[in-house]
Amino acid sequence: MNAVVAPVANAGCVDAPVLYERGQREVFCGLTGIVWLHRKIQDAFFLVVGSRTCAHLLQSAAGVMIFAEPRFATAVIEERDLAGLADANSELDRVVTRLIERRPDIRLLFLVGSCPSEVIKLDLDRAATRLSQSFAPRVRIRAWSGSGLDTTFTQGEDACLAALVPDMPATEADAPPSLLVVGALAEVVEDQMARLFAEIGIERVRFFPPRRSDDLPPVGPGTRLLLAQPFLAETARLLEKRGATRLTAPFPLGVEGTAGWFGAAARAFGVDEARFDAAIAPRAERARTALARHRERLAGKSLFFFPDSQLEVPLARFAARELGMRLVEVGTPYLHRGHLAAELALLPPGTMLSEGQNVDNQLDRCRAAQPDLTVCGLGLANPLEAEGLATKWSIELLFTPVHGFEQAADLAELFARPLVRRSRLKV
Amino acid sequence: MQLTVWTYEAPPHVGAMRIATAMEGVHYVLHAPQGDTYADLLFTMIERATKRPPVTYTTFQARDLGSDTAELFKTSVKEAYERFRPQALLVGASCTAELIQDDPGGLARALDLPIPVVPLELPAYQRKENWGAAETFYRLVRTLAGPHAPPPGSKRPARGPDDAPRCNILGPTALGFRHRDDVHEVTGLLHRLGVTVNVVAPLGATPADIARLGEADFNVVLYPEIAYQAAQWLDRTFGQKSTKVVPIGVGATRDFIAEVAALAGIDPAPVLAGAPSRAPWYARSVDSTYLTGKRVFVFGDATHAIAGARIAADELGFEVVGLGTYSREFARDVRAAAAKYGVEPLITDDYLDVEAAIAAAHPELVLGTQMERHTAKRLGVPCAVISAPVHVQDFPARYAPQMGHEGANVLFDTFVHPLMMGLEEHLLTMFREDFEFHADAAPSHLGVAASRGEAPSVAADPAPVPAVSPTPVPGSVPSMAAAASAEAAVATDAAPIPSAAAAASPVPLRWAADAEKELHKIPFFVRGKARRNTERFAQDRGLSLITIETLYDAKAHFSR
Repeated sequence: MNAVVAPVANAGCVDAPVLYERGQREVFCGLTGIVWLHRKIQDAFFLVVGSRTCAHLLQSAAGVMIFAEPRFATAVIEERDLAGLADANSELDRVVTRLIERRPDIRLLFLVGSCPSEVIKLDLDRAATRLSQSFAPRVRIRAWSGSGLDTTFTQGEDACLAALVPDMPATEADAPPSLLVVGALAEVVEDQMARLFAEIGIERVRFFPPRRSDDLPPVGPGTRLLLAQPFLAETARLLEKRGATRLTAPFPLGVEGTAGWFGAAARAFGVDEARFDAAIAPRAERARTALARHRERLAGKSLFFFPDSQLEVPLARFAARELGMRLVEVGTPYLHRGHLAAELALLPPGTMLSEGQNVDNQLDRCRAAQPDLTVCGLGLANPLEAEGLATKWSIELLFTPVHGFEQAADLAELFARPLVRRSRLKV
Repeated sequence: MQLTVWTYEAPPHVGAMRIATAMEGVHYVLHAPQGDTYADLLFTMIERATKRPPVTYTTFQARDLGSDTAELFKTSVKEAYERFRPQALLVGASCTAELIQDDPGGLARALDLPIPVVPLELPAYQRKENWGAAETFYRLVRTLAGPHAPPPGSKRPARGPDDAPRCNILGPTALGFRHRDDVHEVTGLLHRLGVTVNVVAPLGATPADIARLGEADFNVVLYPEIAYQAAQWLDRTFGQKSTKVVPIGVGATRDFIAEVAALAGIDPAPVLAGAPSRAPWYARSVDSTYLTGKRVFVFGDATHAIAGARIAADELGFEVVGLGTYSREFARDVRAAAAKYGVEPLITDDYLDVEAAIAAAHPELVLGTQMERHTAKRLGVPCAVISAPVHVQDFPARYAPQMGHEGANVLFDTFVHPLMMGLEEHLLTMFREDFEFHADAAPSHLGVAASRGEAPSVAADPAPVPAVSPTPVPGSVPSMAAAASAEAAVATDAAPIPSAAAAASPVPLRWAADAEKELHKIPFFVRGKARRNTERFAQDRGLSLITIETLYDAKAHFSR
């Protein structure tokens, strides 16, 4: 295993200081997760209980009307609901009934809380329990909150998956150890991973969330938990409470991260070193070769991350170690030191880390640094481009399949494309 | 609670953002939870703005609710003032902050800033985007121009004999549907009339410009949804009359010129004679005869829907079979227009109602918003987008106004290009046995969707590109074959959506084999229509079996 997994240095950024900022946060709320979650769990419907703002956010973030009739909608709270003229719970029952009649294909309905529903203290957990009883067994109804008061962007996925953990069946008492990969991934990535796990001899592998809501993987003391995404704090906590053991690993982004991720699983399942290397080394080598072209273009270039998805630390580790980029600042909405331990150890010492945001101050730092590439949200990208800075939309790093060996070069290409484009344009 | 899949309008604070972003020297401090900053991307991505909207959000979180959100708001106002040094400040709350009742107006006043501070009360659970924009503009105008008002009852001083008449142009905003180009076109038109433009607002105006609105002789209201309320106040306060006609279309542009001339006390004849649009001749040219009586369904904001219907009926010779709006504030105007065309007005902001109305009206062309574009695609009907809500495609690189003479040209193309050209229709009949023209050929400009009856497979892409997903637009100039197959999709029943008659039928309709065979002798590009009409005819008469005779009875019944 040592052939492909670099030994974890005791340096890195494990104890590095973090600039903690409070101020305007230019980030999405957790409702945005619905945009990819509804594609992932294909028989689920997401009903946001919120305001017109929530509905407008979803259609703006999803790309206006991509879908003829999407599997998400908003129950928009109106004046009469607030004034007590209508009972919010019976209104909700009416809306849910209409929705389920309209969409008989729905098997799982999520009531998704929002900022307004939280402020008016609408108890969606209780509503879900009540409605589940009326629509059982055809439709299960669960609740989670994507409110901006509680969740930043990808934390919506965490909240959604956490809401499903209680429904996961328990593993048999004498079940042999099994692996549970947690975090929404593109199907193509899941399939690649499943093949590689099989090749190194880990046979019992399940992915969470499942593609179909009634196919929840079991969890129990034999479950080894491997996070595929760095933003799943609550889900991991609940799975650990049900007996699962979390494996410490870097995230499967880039060759090194992916090798370390598979390595953590291999160690946990006692995989023979030769067998591991035989499967992993050629994949890692192929990915490295594919990366090389982009590394040539990106090496030595400076990179600035605005906080967005919590993927920033693993992405920065990849950009620095595998693409040779120079990290100016790595901003993240929330730095989970536990889940990121392996990542922080790999970050170049002295990397500037920031958590939270004061967007105006951060823009000042970015302008002063004039990085070669800035990873930021959609609200900032064009203004920074107009000021002469090359940018990469952070959301694309989340929506594009970037995990695993075969996608490492694609991930590199996402960083390279804005620079390639600039070199091509003669206007 | 209202079940909402898509919404035509954003919440009202986004309307306020459209005003603030349109102007120079104005800043908006918005009390709002984390996440509401998504609204920035509307401007930076959809409109490709090169600057961030001048908006500071408090972005409070749960932990702030436990402490002091009012203090957070005050800090945000102070910091925004110090950093941006605006000449005027708007303060307000988004939907969530409205619930916690921190009183942004009072808090901001307490800071005693040396600039005008305009508190905005935009009830997010009752009102929507356009109302929010109108209210914000009105409040700004009142606050900034109010101090310059003459004493009540005083008469407007008469214009000097050598002074050119002056007007303001009111209504254009950021994120407006072609506002940028409309302002350019209308300014040119006013210039040719000899009218000087005093101030354009809010687009490009500073607070100082707003303060001198009263200096103009009259107001040109380009978008009543946004400027009507402010114009009414200017009339009451400064005695400024305002235009009522929105110059979209040839006829409306002529009416507008006459109206402006009357307000300015000048002769419109030279301009009316001098600057013709190409659209009237294009409409009269023989190639356009095929447009006669095409059934068109119109839906949009009130201004564009009313104008679109007038152009369709009077300037292209279409038949208006549906007219509606999501602008409840202007429902009365749309009802009046609908009465002119003898159709039931559709006043709704539920796009599913609009979809149902379109399906029931069997239009051959839909003039609507981006949402109707999707509906039309699903129904296999051509569509042109004539109104907000805006999409990245509504900000074309080229000059494409909706107003004035050039606007009339643009609209001729916009309405007609999704349809097939006249000469092509004839050639099609000649070549209809050609293998490439078979009924199931995929239409090119409506995309594969029309034949499958689904939205294009962007949905299958695991990476839906946010906010700016490109989807094919009807309107690209098709080759003859492409146009042919496109029309095929329009007329055939390839889409799995059952015809309204069949769907609503209590008795299942059946086609006799020989009638079905006869139907297939009808040119494919009208076959779908023939099938639908025949089924409707049979349904209306309670027939369950369609024979050859039923087919020809229906043909006779529906022939115009």
